[in-house]
Amino acid sequence: MKIRKRLYGLALAVLAAVGVALAVPGPAQAERDQLTIGITQYPSTFHPNIDSMLAKSYILGFTRRPFTVHDHSWNLVCMLCTKLPTIENGLAVPERTPGGKKGIAVTYTIRPDAFWGDGKPITTDDVLFTWKVGRNGKTGTLPIELYRSAYKIVAQDDKTFTMHFDKLTFNYNAINAFSLLPAHVDRVNFEADPVTYKNKTAFDTDTTNEALYFGPYLITETKRGSHVVLERNPKWWGKPGPFKRIIIKTIPNTAALEANLLSGNIDMIAGELGLTVDQALRFEKRHGRKFNVLYKSGLIYEHIDLNLDNPLLQDRNIRHALIHAIDREAISQQLFGGRQPVAHSNVNPLDWVHAPDIPIFAHDPKKAQDILVKAEFTKLNKGIRHHAETGQALRFEFMTTAGSKARELVQQVLQSQWKSVGIDVRIRNEPARVYFGQTMTQRKFTGLAMYAWLSAPESVPRGQLHSAHIPTRANGWAGQNYPGFRNKEMDALIEKIEVELDREKRKALWRRLQEIYVTELPVIPLYFRASAFVMPKWLTGVEPTGHQYATSLWVEDWGVK
Amino acid sequence: MLWFLGQRLVQSAVVLTVMSFVIFGLIGLMPGDPVDLLISADPEMTSDDIARLREIYGLDRPLVERYGVWLWAVLQGDFGFSRLFAQPVITVLLPALGNTLALLGISLALALAIGLPLGIYAAVKPYSPRDYAVNLMAFAGISIPSFWLGLLLIILFAVVLGILPAGGFGTPGVDDWSDKLIYLVLPAMSLTLASVGGHTRYMRASMLETLRQDYIRTARAKGLSERRVVLGHALRNALIPVTTIIALDFGFLFSGALITETIFAYPGMGKLTYDAVMGNDFNLALICLLLATLVTLIGNILADLAYAWLDPRIGFEARQP
Repeated sequence: MKIRKRLYGLALAVLAAVGVALAVPGPAQAERDQLTIGITQYPSTFHPNIDSMLAKSYILGFTRRPFTVHDHSWNLVCMLCTKLPTIENGLAVPERTPGGKKGIAVTYTIRPDAFWGDGKPITTDDVLFTWKVGRNGKTGTLPIELYRSAYKIVAQDDKTFTMHFDKLTFNYNAINAFSLLPAHVDRVNFEADPVTYKNKTAFDTDTTNEALYFGPYLITETKRGSHVVLERNPKWWGKPGPFKRIIIKTIPNTAALEANLLSGNIDMIAGELGLTVDQALRFEKRHGRKFNVLYKSGLIYEHIDLNLDNPLLQDRNIRHALIHAIDREAISQQLFGGRQPVAHSNVNPLDWVHAPDIPIFAHDPKKAQDILVKAEFTKLNKGIRHHAETGQALRFEFMTTAGSKARELVQQVLQSQWKSVGIDVRIRNEPARVYFGQTMTQRKFTGLAMYAWLSAPESVPRGQLHSAHIPTRANGWAGQNYPGFRNKEMDALIEKIEVELDREKRKALWRRLQEIYVTELPVIPLYFRASAFVMPKWLTGVEPTGHQYATSLWVEDWGVK
Repeated sequence: MLWFLGQRLVQSAVVLTVMSFVIFGLIGLMPGDPVDLLISADPEMTSDDIARLREIYGLDRPLVERYGVWLWAVLQGDFGFSRLFAQPVITVLLPALGNTLALLGISLALALAIGLPLGIYAAVKPYSPRDYAVNLMAFAGISIPSFWLGLLLIILFAVVLGILPAGGFGTPGVDDWSDKLIYLVLPAMSLTLASVGGHTRYMRASMLETLRQDYIRTARAKGLSERRVVLGHALRNALIPVTTIIALDFGFLFSGALITETIFAYPGMGKLTYDAVMGNDFNLALICLLLATLVTLIGNILADLAYAWLDPRIGFEARQP
């Protein structure tokens, strides 16, 4: 009897504890001078030039500005500089490098009203320091190519400097990735030991130091893996940010992200790092009346690499049969509500160099079958085509990242479409860690491999299509030409495009590049991925760009309805 | 007892050293390294750049040599630097460890406080309606997937009732333990509900077995009250197998709270270990995995001590050579 009484007592105590917890008020509803954003990742570092990560770019977009950037119309504009240097306005002057190569000297002037968060003016001293850190091979800062090419910087005065590049390329004035470091804060860490600089930089040891930032907001609080708090920067030169505070919460699970949005724990889900399009479509169906869901297709190019070392895939006709057999339009409509347009080449139609008149592969299973018959794959065994003479089955291994629901769904649809024309596709997926860690980088896939590229506007695909960039053991697996595509004309085109300054001539070269791409077909283009922004009805001004630069770079244009 | 403790500590140190080598080797064998990630982020990287970066990250040396360097540094108290979080490993580890201990401590205590009495309650009258009711609840707890339970709790308490935060670690700008406690309620409830069923079933089975023993029949024949029979005579013996399960739970809970931590965006050890392994953060992954081993070993030592306390026949002296 007493046991029973004790158990009842215990149960009551547990209930009381739960009751107390329930009685405690939840987090207060966000006021309109505060915006809470949910993203799925927490940055590994806050240093702008170490490591490349979307979460970091998104957060730093609120707090810092690049010298140059592509705007919403995909035009290159100045943010930290006063005037975009061009050959036409005389601020960029072609020259010869000391080694006799064609180079260019480009002069930038820092905005006179640009200050670090602690009130110190941004000067050429910061530019020289950033360049010194980037050029030092021991710091591991990125992007390596920018610092290698900028072989000299001359400070004209406190605000004006000239960068000398050892290459004269069409994008000579784009220094989007040259992210300024505060010399007065970080120089001591760098000079102590360049090798350990990446471990000792103030961006990670003193992240809330206001002197590290110069954007509309400052980072005032960080809780690793949980959240980052931003507050208005009184030293910001432009229109003040629309919110007193912006809180960026990390919620890795997308179902929990949705629940947090519905509960009011967050106000919006960032399109850069939030729901996938299929998740957003489902969410919109259920809760679309309460939120604005904005889809923006852009430069994330989903495609299938074909390993051209595979004897079957070396035959261009087989590659054509593969693309004719699949209905990409139906996939886009049925799985993604038409929000992710079909890609007909590697260049997005929003990019000015896109050529609309290149050949397009329509869904034509009959044509696919005719091609396969011509290639002597006529013998059918259990619905799978075999070569009439050799008896070789028309079979490929098809890989992608395991656990990526949208990709796995697309993969299954493609598998069944290929099966209907007699092509046997065996799915073998791997976790992203293994897939990108080794299988792709060391070209260990044997047939088809699906994944995506993220690029900038008018991004020359040297790394992906030039034969010098095929990863091999000998070159330490450098390069991203995973299909192993070798085409002399393509190599020559890439080299010409990079140095062609005349837009019209360059456009013609780009057209030819796209033509070769779709006729040689080393890669099957699928679709351009869209980002889904889920926002409260009262939030205005968030305008996705479609390219890799985050919406946070224009936060001062956001507002409250 | 001191001899026993000393012996077990030496054994644990040997196991830890062996495990450190095994884990170091396994992580080294995993596909990809930190530089591979940098290569995939920069298509213009040349083979010279890659060689230089491998040297910077110390990946150009043989695995055994790297292990030797790492072990020597650890013995000097230097646990290395987390590549993923750009902080010393210990700086990353300690807050996550504290968060996990708080979460697991509360949920384990609650699970035991609920599960053990329920198990006893069911075992005292086996195959009665109350036994069936307890079993039903226990099986429900065991069967519900933790991610689904977590989402259900979020929907009920955060979305529908709106009385608890859906996830996170604390209100930004508020550094107060009571605020953190509110954020702990849902993840702790989720973990408790997931493990209480198991504890109830183990306790019930163990108590049932004990209550069938001759000495229990003797105790009852002596005219002792049922309360004294169950709590005074049966409970200590019935707790011995349950103690083993609790000890094993230590290690499991330490790394097994990953799903709960992910759903509730709670920055604990489970999520940290997962991120470290998936993000090629060798130093951090290694220490996280070794810590899980260490916790399991400590759990087992504590279980051994508890055996002797529960059953004096299990002495320490007998184990001396």
